[in-house]
Formats: sequence, C-alpha cells, structure tokens
Amino acid sequence: MSGDQPLPVDASAAPDTGAAPVGHALEFSNLSMVFPDGTHALDDISLSVDRGEFVTLVGPSGCGKSTLLRIASGLEHHTAGECRVDRDSIGYVFQDATLFPWRTVRRNVELIAELHGVDAKSMAPKVDESLELVGLKEHETKYPKQLSGGMKMRASLARSLVLQPDVFLFDEPFGALDEISRERLNDELLALFKAKDFAGLFITHSIAEAVFLSTRVLVMSARPGRIIADYDVPFAYPREHDIRYDAAFAELSGKISHDLRGAHE
Amino acid sequence: MSVFDESGAVAHVSPGRSTDVAVVPPVGPPGEGMRRFVGPGVVFALFVGFWYFTHHVLMSDARKFLVPPPHHVLNDAFFTWDIPRGTGGSRTGGGLSRNLEGLWSSTQVAALGLLIAILIGLALATAMSQAKWVENAFYPFLVALQAMPILAFVPLIGALFGFDFWSRVLVCIMIALFPIVANTLFGLISVERGYHELMNLHGASRWTKLRKLQYPAAMPSIFTGLQISAGLSVVGAVVGDFFFRQGEPGIGRLINTYQNSNETEQMYGAVIMSALLGIAVFLGFGILGRRVVSHWHETRNA
Ligand SMILES: Nc1ncnc2c1ncn2[C@@H]1O[C@H](COP(=O)(O)OP(=O)(O)OP(=O)(O)O)[C@@H](O)[C@H]1O
Ligand SMILES: [Mg+2]
Repeated sequence: MSGDQPLPVDASAAPDTGAAPVGHALEFSNLSMVFPDGTHALDDISLSVDRGEFVTLVGPSGCGKSTLLRIASGLEHHTAGECRVDRDSIGYVFQDATLFPWRTVRRNVELIAELHGVDAKSMAPKVDESLELVGLKEHETKYPKQLSGGMKMRASLARSLVLQPDVFLFDEPFGALDEISRERLNDELLALFKAKDFAGLFITHSIAEAVFLSTRVLVMSARPGRIIADYDVPFAYPREHDIRYDAAFAELSGKISHDLRGAHE
Repeated sequence: MSVFDESGAVAHVSPGRSTDVAVVPPVGPPGEGMRRFVGPGVVFALFVGFWYFTHHVLMSDARKFLVPPPHHVLNDAFFTWDIPRGTGGSRTGGGLSRNLEGLWSSTQVAALGLLIAILIGLALATAMSQAKWVENAFYPFLVALQAMPILAFVPLIGALFGFDFWSRVLVCIMIALFPIVANTLFGLISVERGYHELMNLHGASRWTKLRKLQYPAAMPSIFTGLQISAGLSVVGAVVGDFFFRQGEPGIGRLINTYQNSNETEQMYGAVIMSALLGIAVFLGFGILGRRVVSHWHETRNA
C-alpha cells in the first residue's frame, strides 16, 4: 500500500548538515478514515510535522484524534489518502503509562530497546540517559506500584526516549494527572523537545497545555474530524512557566477556545 | 454391611468442585500478627470439642470404638512408631512409620500427577490463548472432565492402564488439570489491549508477547490455579488409592484397609495425615506464589 511507505530518506541517519530535508518527518495528505462499521472518523486530513516542530491537536471528544495517531503508528490503517512516516523511528506515549508491573522502572525503560534487539551492552548508556532526562535515575529500581502517577508517566516517556525516535506521538499523556504535576511535566517535556529536537504530534483537551507546548495548534471539527483552524504559536523557547499569564497567551487561548466551541456545535 | 458406609463416602466425593477461576487470592493481605490465628484456633477448638462430645455423648458404648477420642488417635497413629501386625489382636498393624510410608507413596503419585497436569495445562492454555478455535475445541471437554465424578472413569482407566501406580497418577492429572488451564488461560487473555499494542508497535512476535508480556502478567492467576490444583492432586492420590489397589499402598489404601479392619485410631490418623499433606501443599504453593509475584503485584487489599 502506497500510504505505508517510509520516508525515502532515513531521517534518523541524516547528519546535521543543514541540507534541505527531502521529506517531512511525518506527513498526512488528504487522509481519510472510515472504520469497517461505517464510522467516518477522519476526513481529508493534510498535515506535516518536521523535526523541531511540536504540533498539537485539539478537538471534540470522538473527533478522531487518537485514530490519527494510531494510523501514524501503524496500529490502524487509513482508507484513503497517504500517511508517510518512518515507522522504525516513532515514540508513542499513551494516556496510560502501560508500564509492566513486574519490571522495575529501569527494566521497563529497557523494554523497547530489547524488542528492537539492542544488546545489553549498548543499551545501558541509552537507558541511563533516558532515566536522567526524565529525572528517574534514583528511582530506577522501584516497581510501578511504588510510583506516583506523574512518575509513571515519566517512566513511560523514558521508555519511548530510549531509541531516540524522530517522531513522537503523544495521546493525552498527562490527562490523568493533577494540575501541578501536569505543568511540571509540560516544562520537562519542553526541555526534552529542545534537547532532542524531535517532531512532536500531541493530543490534549487542555488549551493551556496546547498553547504552552506547541509551535502550532490545530483545531479539529466534530466527527468526521477535519482541521478547521491552524494557529502558529509565536512564543520563543525556552518558555517560562509564567507565559501562561501573558496577554498574548490568553488571547490565543481565547481564539482556540472559541473555535472549539464552534466545533462542538 | 460395613458400619463405615457413611464415612466410606470419602471415596465418592467428587473432589475439588471449588475450582472457580481466581477463588484464592495468590497474594494474601499482610499478616496482622497473632490475630489472624485466633479465628482458625477457635474453630479448631470447637471441632475437637465436638469430636470428644461425639465420642462421650452421642455414641452408645457399643459404637464408641467408631469414634475414638482424639488423644487415642494421636497416640496410636502419630506417637507410636510401629505397631506390628498381630499386636493386641490388630489385623493390620499400624503406627507412624507405616502411615508415613503410605503418605510418601501418595505424595509421589500426587507430585507426578501435578507435574504432568501443570505441563499439559500450561501448554493447553497457551494454545487456547493463541487460537479461539483451540479454546472452543477443548473447553467443553475440560468442563465435562471437571464435572464428572472420577468414579465414572474407573472401569475405563483400569482397563487401559491397569490398577496400579499410573492409573492413580492419571486420576491426579484429571482432577488437577482444569484449575490450571482455566486460571492460566484467564491470565493470558486478560492482558489489556494497550499492552498488546505497545508490543505490536515494536514488532513483537506472538512468542515474544507471550514471553515478555502474557506469561508474566498471568503469573498471579497461574499461581492461583497451581495452588488449587496442588491441593486437588493430593485428593486425587487418596481417591485413586481407593480404586486402583495394586502396587505399593498409598495413604488412601491404608485408610481403606484400616476401615475394613475396624482399626479406627489408625484410620483417623491416616485421614488426618492426608489432610495435613493437602494443607501443606496448598500453603506451600501459596507462599511460593507470593514469593514470585508480591514484589510487583498489587493485591486487592493493598
Ligand atoms: N475500531 C473502531 N471501530 C469503529 N469505530 C471506532 C473504532 N475506534 C474508534 N472509533 C470511533 O471513531 C471515532 C474517533 O475515535 P477517536 O478515539 O479517534 O476519538 P478521539 O478524538 O481520540 O476522542 P477522545 O478525545 O475522546 O479521546 C469515535 O467516534 C470512535 O467511536
Ligand atoms: Mg482519544
């Protein structure tokens, strides 16, 4: 199927030569999705995300956001249009941390590397780095049942980070967390984004989270999901916690909120 | 007619109907010190009291020998090493050494039966978890096996395998199989979809998923099944002894022999001994299960 072709150029192997990219890290063109039962989930989605971009989707519940991420990752197959991405270089963070309860934090982080056949020797430094990036190094011997919700999410992030993917998909990763943990994780995610320079596609129901994290925010309509608004977020990185109380931040949030209310009608 | 007809019902009890999935939490609540022994202690005291009451009050003098008092049982079957045949008119003899020999023989039958049941059970549950048609093909027969009293299979088993060791082992297998299959299967297929998707995303094969995801996730329920089956395999060894009476005598056959010779002290002693084996095995597997999973498993009581 043509829609499943990986990028013609392996972006992960591309050195920082500054050469113009041949393709986007992630690209949907005119993509539609109708489930076998007739549910029309997505309609004519065109969207590309490059490395160094962090795009967030907001939209009414059931409009197809998760479906779009599932298509990108290969868990679901679209019915029309194209999806181009290197499936070997995707990090996917679910709303549930999906940690294996019988593995320690460290062993959980090793899981994906293990599945990709990374040998124990070259794995250790990668795992160390991931754990340090999310601040879990000193908790690496704990089991998930000993962790708070925020720590579980960090472990889940670290697990996805191990293979240094070019594309990161986030499906409401912080939706189950309290406000303070969520904001702290937002700060850390931005730090990761700046450090790793991946292409991020993020889903959230929180407008503040969307604006705070993203280079670009897309608003989707109710099902079948279409992109009905597209905002560039002008704030420079690194973003301080306090920009949330900026007038410009409030104005942009207001616009998105207005569009969303329209989408719900 | 034997006066033991009622108690002879031991042989006809369809053992182990308590095999529902996950009846026994593999990981119990942490002990609350001595308090957890108070309940069982009280029940045990009541039971012993009732036993003495039966002996002294309920039984007429002529029938008192049918229910010897507990201290006689302890004395003759546990604290006396060997009572040679003919001692004091005893037709069978008895004593701890003989009962231990019987118990050892039954333990071997139970252990072998359990081991084979575990191997078959794990393999069958794995196959069932991989293909719905395998589950559909086998499950009705497992349920039937589980629902039929072993007594019904005796002529068939005897004709096919003879009336000694291997038939007794087979009885154990038949009794112990279902809880292992049912609990293992339940554990293997209860893994949430998100975990499977995570594995699929990274190209894990079915075998990799079984190894890294489903077996570990199923450990608590596998041990629940093992614990039930281990207890049942002891029951199977005792029951099998009643039907398949050739070869080395197990504890069940001793019970039966003592019963037929009115050696009631020895008979009760042997019954208690087989019960102790069942309890020991049940507790042992409980402890083993806790060792394996408690460091990560979140109990319902946690
Ligand atoms: N396997 C499926 N078969 C049929 N319909 C499905 C399937 N999976 C999802 N849907 C439907 O597709 C639509 C989009 O679902 P999706 O999960 O992508 O929504 P969402 O935007 O992520 O919603 P939420 O914000 O609540 O997470 C929903 O109406 C859902 O019921
Ligand atoms: Mg969703």
